Amino acid sequence: MITLNKIKKTYNKGKLIAVRDISFEVKDGEIFGLIGPDGAGKTTIFRILTTLLLADEGSAVVHDLDVVKDYRKIRNIVGYMPGRFSLYQDLTVEENLNFFATVFGTTIQENYDLIKDIYQQIEPFKTRRAGKLSGGMKQKLALCCALIHKPEVLFLDEPTTGVDVVSRKEFWEMLKRLKAQGITILVSTPYMDEANLCDRIALIQKGEILSIDTPAQIVRSFPKKLFAMKSANSFELLNDVRAYPETESCFAFGDSLHVTFTDHAETNILDYLHSKGHHDASIEEIEPEIEDCFIHLLKD
Amino acid sequence: MESVIKTEKLTKRFGDFIAANELTFEVGKGEIFGFLGANGAGKTTAMRMLCGLLKPTSGKATIAGFDVYTQTEMIKRNIGYMSQKFSLYDNLTVSENIRFCAGIYGMRTAQIKTKTQELLKELQLENEAKTLVSALPLGWKQKLAFLVSIVHDPDIVFLDEPTGGVDPVTRRQFWDLIYYAAHKGVTVFVTTHYMDEAEYCNRISIMVDGVIAALDSPSNLKKQFGYTNMEDVFYELARKAKRKGD
Repeated sequence: MITLNKIKKTYNKGKLIAVRDISFEVKDGEIFGLIGPDGAGKTTIFRILTTLLLADEGSAVVHDLDVVKDYRKIRNIVGYMPGRFSLYQDLTVEENLNFFATVFGTTIQENYDLIKDIYQQIEPFKTRRAGKLSGGMKQKLALCCALIHKPEVLFLDEPTTGVDVVSRKEFWEMLKRLKAQGITILVSTPYMDEANLCDRIALIQKGEILSIDTPAQIVRSFPKKLFAMKSANSFELLNDVRAYPETESCFAFGDSLHVTFTDHAETNILDYLHSKGHHDASIEEIEPEIEDCFIHLLKD
Repeated sequence: MESVIKTEKLTKRFGDFIAANELTFEVGKGEIFGFLGANGAGKTTAMRMLCGLLKPTSGKATIAGFDVYTQTEMIKRNIGYMSQKFSLYDNLTVSENIRFCAGIYGMRTAQIKTKTQELLKELQLENEAKTLVSALPLGWKQKLAFLVSIVHDPDIVFLDEPTGGVDPVTRRQFWDLIYYAAHKGVTVFVTTHYMDEAEYCNRISIMVDGVIAALDSPSNLKKQFGYTNMEDVFYELARKAKRKGD
């Protein structure tokens, strides 16, 4: 289990509050997601839990080990994939992996089972320098290096940022397989759609947790009826729906708008839109997505 | 429709490797054109050719009426460019950044003054004109970088993954600005990994292994491939890619 208790961290002599009084728990064998934009405090939380940064206040425990007192022990049981590619650019794929195995007193062979699925995809390039790899391959190598000592806990800081949809799907498949082997995973992402792939998530913004629960429960607690609206001219529709007095919130979501109303105004809005020339406008009640919930929580 | 980007069999080879293979497409004035593709599909190479930064191996292309082989300087004057590593100076203020960039494009002082006022108003940053860019939140920096990239009223603006890392509300506000620019007649050429943003484009192309595998409006593409969202369309095309990586 990972426990954070009222963790606070500031930078610039207290002027910049990165994380304010954050507390949460990650259970054993869980995929826990920190979901939020840049500047939310995700990386700070990772660096505190991986013992690379001291919190100003509060305490944190990783598998019964205190992040301050037991930092050496923690470093042996966790794997960390930082947001920025941090392997040795001028070592080859194989050399990097060997290096990390050796540092942790193990060998590639000893834990090969754990990384086999992932490593096989980059093995054809094992003599290539890490700096010359593509984004997707760097990501896989970094994951292998973080896993080579068979960690109990895996920390992944924005592993899928800037990666295309196909590689992102593959990456989450790999995480599911690692979870099945009993590894606890704390992962951060700015992509709201990845939230549904986690067991539980914390939505965070500006160093504070907006909500923490299973994705299904977060969606269920969305307090309003949510409607999807469409018309041929979606940009005009956005402006017109926003101008409607009973509209509470209105945001573009792909090819439709997601709208909430103050009252039961959904019954009258089509008449209003017809008068604005949207003769093909449609409205339909829908289930919110995590992104709807995040936007709603941001407003409060 | 008047075309501001026109390519015919535009190709770039690096040795044996064909990064961009016979790209043929047109983008109309004021259009928002989404340029999608998996990592390594050849998007960056194509963009660099269109911006006059990389000489094609073969094929033809004109950008704002200028030839990509012989008139690259004129292309650069008539386009704007913004990437995720936006080119703002952290230690200049908001208005200094606008003035600097406008100056590079050879705009006159009086013109720069009016333009600065207009942009600050559009950004609702009038009170922050004298704030250092380093002190702005990421979302504002992105918006400023975008407006600076169209300060010289270019025909086309190229946006390379402009919305990374911001919250969902800020990301949508950025798209409001894109619509604002397109409405004024600026053609927007944008790459993104967010598939919901693909839906906001008038038309999109999807590159796979150096070729344009699909090109149409989002609704037609969804119809063509029989999916209800662009993510599934993209996934269907991109997972067939043989090339891996950038």
